[in-house]
Amino acid sequence: MGDQTVNSYIYSPPAASSARKLCFYSAFTHPLLIQGFLLLNYSNSSSIDRSAQNHIMDVSTGDIDAPHSMGTTIIGVTYNGGVVLGADSRTSTGMYVANRASDKITKLTDNVYLCRSGSAADSQIVSDYVRYFLHQHTIQLGQPSTVKVAANLVRLLSYNNKNMLQTGLIIGGWDKYEGGKIYGIPLGGTILEQPFAIGGSGSSYLYGFFDQAWKEGMTQEEAEQLVVKAVSLAIARDGASGGVVRTVTINSEGVTRKFYPCDKLPLWHEELEPQNSLLDILSAGIPDPMVS
Amino acid sequence: MSSIGTGYDLSVTTFSPDGRVFQIEYAAKAVDNSGTVVGIKCKDGIVLGVEKLITSKMMLPGSNRRIHAVHRHSGMAVAGLAADGRQIVARAKSEATNYESVYGEPIPVKELAERVASYVHLCTLYWWLRPFGSGVILGGYDRDGPQLYMVEPSGVSYRYFGAAIGKGRQAAKT
Repeated sequence: MGDQTVNSYIYSPPAASSARKLCFYSAFTHPLLIQGFLLLNYSNSSSIDRSAQNHIMDVSTGDIDAPHSMGTTIIGVTYNGGVVLGADSRTSTGMYVANRASDKITKLTDNVYLCRSGSAADSQIVSDYVRYFLHQHTIQLGQPSTVKVAANLVRLLSYNNKNMLQTGLIIGGWDKYEGGKIYGIPLGGTILEQPFAIGGSGSSYLYGFFDQAWKEGMTQEEAEQLVVKAVSLAIARDGASGGVVRTVTINSEGVTRKFYPCDKLPLWHEELEPQNSLLDILSAGIPDPMVS
Repeated sequence: MSSIGTGYDLSVTTFSPDGRVFQIEYAAKAVDNSGTVVGIKCKDGIVLGVEKLITSKMMLPGSNRRIHAVHRHSGMAVAGLAADGRQIVARAKSEATNYESVYGEPIPVKELAERVASYVHLCTLYWWLRPFGSGVILGGYDRDGPQLYMVEPSGVSYRYFGAAIGKGRQAAKT
């Protein structure tokens, strides 16, 4: 009795013809649940980057049509009262930097944000789906959804489509029940609630740093400084990370976005101070360069 | 007080001229004539009670259970047609486990009550289905504390501090 009549309430999204379909979950048929289909288009010939269509760039410097990947550094830390998420801003296709000022911290709801790493396309589509489901969930619930629910939705997509996706994600947010929380969801779809999480190619250089620098119960200032320092350290050593540092702080009062351009970041070992002219280095103090 | 809707009470998809759907009201009568069910919301939990109806001396005392666990944090007491009630409980159980497997947290009681109510209401919309002949008192404890809801055969669901359905509900309410 039940199933047949309930089916008339289900909205079926239009089936995509050419793209490969991924199943979100074998949904229990309920009038208010929507079945989602994850679409993946692995067409290497179509370019996501508009400038590549002009074919101005010398192709030998990098394959413009290669899938965009974010060799990345992403970080999420909890502090006393909320969370701070941080990321670099480099999106690369092979050796070519497709976007040097990308925003890898995307909003899922007013109180939950997501740091994306790995394949740019995969992480964008996952975040789009989760934003959609979370929006419906918020409407049904009548209040903001919890960070745990957001993380679980991301995890289900990551795990159930693990053969086709290549993206590591960090979810951070604040809700009134649990406060600030960070969830790490690496490649296979594991979900792990952590006091801090790091991800992306640049994170390899940060494991030891965090072991030493992390402490429980930091203030907001300390946490932000820690995140900026860590991302700039990773940028210094990881070729696939670079650009600017973006941070997002989420607490009970709301969300604050901060932007740290290159000149605001500390320099590390063997990095040169910017000079006005090479002559300044060669002969400090002597105006005439030909004088020995 | 019983009202007869001659001619307008044959199908659940027929309204009477004064705007009533008689089949749903008759379904509610099935609940009114059954054993009493009472639910009370307290500061630290919910209490559900049912009147045990022993139809025959041969019946085993522990059978005809009318209070069911829906999930680790919620339960339901049923009044009216027992078989209809069993369907509602089964649906509530699967809604609760499905919610948890998708969203990763136990279903909020408000959400569970809405889903049960919309399922009960669903069966009042089609001529080939009959409405459920049972009402349900649903109690649960979630992040927002203990909550009590009552779902009637019409699909209406309200939140209560205390609720009673069945034969002795007037007496229970005073």
